[in-house]
Amino acid sequence: MDAKHPVEIDEFTGVATTGHEWDGIKELNNPLPRWWLWTFYASIAFATVYVVLYPAIPLVRGATPGLLGWHSREAVSQDLAALDATRGGEMEKLAATPLAAIESDPKLLSFARDAGRAAFADDCAPCHGAGGQGSIGYPNLNANRWLWGGKVDQIYATIEHGARSGDPKGHQGLMPAFGRDGILDDAKISHVADYVRSLAGFPAAKGADVADGLKVFQANCVVCHGADGKGNVQVGSANLTTKVWLYGPTKEDIVKGVWGGHGGVMPYWSGRLSEPTIRALAVYVHTLGGGQ
Amino acid sequence: MAVPNAASHLDFVVDPEHPDAEPFYAPSKRNYPQAVKGFYRSIKWAALVATLATYYLLPFVRWNRGPGAPGQAVLLDLADRRFYFFFVEIWPQEAYYVAGLLVLAALVLFMMNALAGRVWCGYLCPQTVWTDLFFAVERRFEGDLHARRAREAKGWTFDRAWRLVAKHATWVLIAWWTGGAWVLYFSDAPTLVRALATLQAPAIAYVWIGILTFTTYALAGHMREQVCVYMCPWPRIQAALTDEWALNVTYRTDRGEPRLSLKKSHAARSRGEPAGDCVDCRQCVAVCPTGVDIRDGLQLGCIQCGLCIDACDAVMSKVGRPARLIAYDTDMNVARRAEGKPALRRLVRPRTILYAVAIAAVGSLMLWRLTTRPGGALAIAHDRNPLSVTLADGSIQNGYSALVINRDAAPRTFDLSASGVPGAKLVVEGAPSDGTRVRIQVPGDDTREVRVLLRAAAPSGAATSVPVTFTVVNETSGETATATDRFETPAAN
Repeated sequence: MDAKHPVEIDEFTGVATTGHEWDGIKELNNPLPRWWLWTFYASIAFATVYVVLYPAIPLVRGATPGLLGWHSREAVSQDLAALDATRGGEMEKLAATPLAAIESDPKLLSFARDAGRAAFADDCAPCHGAGGQGSIGYPNLNANRWLWGGKVDQIYATIEHGARSGDPKGHQGLMPAFGRDGILDDAKISHVADYVRSLAGFPAAKGADVADGLKVFQANCVVCHGADGKGNVQVGSANLTTKVWLYGPTKEDIVKGVWGGHGGVMPYWSGRLSEPTIRALAVYVHTLGGGQ
Repeated sequence: MAVPNAASHLDFVVDPEHPDAEPFYAPSKRNYPQAVKGFYRSIKWAALVATLATYYLLPFVRWNRGPGAPGQAVLLDLADRRFYFFFVEIWPQEAYYVAGLLVLAALVLFMMNALAGRVWCGYLCPQTVWTDLFFAVERRFEGDLHARRAREAKGWTFDRAWRLVAKHATWVLIAWWTGGAWVLYFSDAPTLVRALATLQAPAIAYVWIGILTFTTYALAGHMREQVCVYMCPWPRIQAALTDEWALNVTYRTDRGEPRLSLKKSHAARSRGEPAGDCVDCRQCVAVCPTGVDIRDGLQLGCIQCGLCIDACDAVMSKVGRPARLIAYDTDMNVARRAEGKPALRRLVRPRTILYAVAIAAVGSLMLWRLTTRPGGALAIAHDRNPLSVTLADGSIQNGYSALVINRDAAPRTFDLSASGVPGAKLVVEGAPSDGTRVRIQVPGDDTREVRVLLRAAAPSGAATSVPVTFTVVNETSGETATATDRFETPAAN
């Protein structure tokens, strides 16, 4: 305010105006509420202390460290360690109890299923689905048909080392590409597919040559799938006599598999998840409904 | 046109046409009610002692529930999710008992209101009780109204300062004890007291003591009647609940008016002019904890504590007039007496009958539910995904989570079975099954969640969804509990 712009006093309130006016409404220059002002000053004082003690000012690489040497990542790992400590007893018990014995201890089973459910949602659900329901190419873990065995220790081994995962201890077998690699022609593949469907009890389609299919099967497939077509968990060959089909049950699905082969990858989790977590996952998957 | 000075611009006059109108903003008046003795004051003291003693001592009352169970009569065990009240134990899923209690509390308040007005406000409300206690502390250190005013008039003397410090220190101490007693309801009281004293208690206990210390100190020490007048919804609700029959603290205008000072009333009477019993001494205003003038009639600010009755009775006996110029009375009777008709009193009225019936109904419903609730319960949840699983042999499996609840203190075995799906096989992971019946052991006062699988024959047509009923039978008591869900079957392929 100067001589040109004298302080204007509002008539009714006796308070000076700021000189701002909108459509005849004038802004009063009331003081800030004291509680607000003191909170504001206190915030400034707090910020000053904070900047000195804690990481605050961003630099090109990182930030000013602060006198206390506090680090958010360290705080997180401390929290995680504290969380582990609260679970300590149960996790260690889980690691020490034989896999098969876990399920006969109701308390430990409940703990393992909870821990397994959490780990499953994080690491397994992306392929196997939230409820382990699977999809084409990704096994349904609720069903009682297992490529690599459905006993709890077999499930454990599959989680630990995976299948075709790059882990030398993992499962290695795969379904060859009979058509693409020129081992069988299209007619033979069609016949063997008819035979495989008959194994699972599906009615024969029109023009199906099951007899020739049997010959082709005996010459090419029994090595892995067995004379009865019931598969072999040692090499991960599918049991062809059930109603559960990883890649679909139609003739088209089966022809596609015989022609191009199959060999989905299950990652290995040893080293990525802790031992108790893998055991919890094995118990959780085993108790989903298909465990043997 | 009046222009108020800038220093006191807060109580400005908004309407320039009516400069004398009541300002929209008024700073609150400090209210220093004077001490009083009498019948209602004694009732108030008794209520204060009874309610505070209950609040402070209840956590220490023991109740034997057997080994392993908490021995505290009233305990809100948040960590273990149990509420104990003497012989009653409430689980979280029984929170409807709390709703029932609140309904009952509301109905009892309505009932009190229909019989004798704001009995709750005047005698029992925590705000009233703690404020009353804080007033007593204030008078103990700063003296009654006149002594205090005289001391304040002398400015800042050492005598005034130490009394003020002692008063606030005592207030904080009481407030701190209020918070201290509060946390005892959430943990074993003797253990927690020891832990608090040795600074070993969990941080949350200290935080809650801090919060309640602050609220008690602020509400009972500083805000006092403003809580009743500005914050509490109850006065507004009461205004709608009261009727012409309800007893309320009433100034009997038929006797009191015209109010004249003692001298003037003598003079008026000697001249044969009318003179009321009210000598306009303003004692009723002086002792009022909310600072209202009862002679203005029934009003929002009046908590109906009856202290003005005591004050007025003392004055009436001094001036030689009959007591109870202010009394528990009704406006209707004041009017009737003015007309020369006898006063009417009626406790049994449609509204009190209605309240009594409602209280009896809710109370007996809760009591019936409490005494007949089963020792076990079952909750079932179907798997969200997958809804159904085709097994190797083509049969269909549905998965469920079952929560078996055992309210008994001892471990119990429950027989789980399912009906609704013909030929279905029942399997529970980790429990022996013969295909139709599974025995599930549940620890005492605990739950057990199990994974339940139901397997039925292969589908033969379109997708179906049939209801299935799960039943648990308590092997000890024979009580059953059921839960229903569905069994989903996909279309045959």
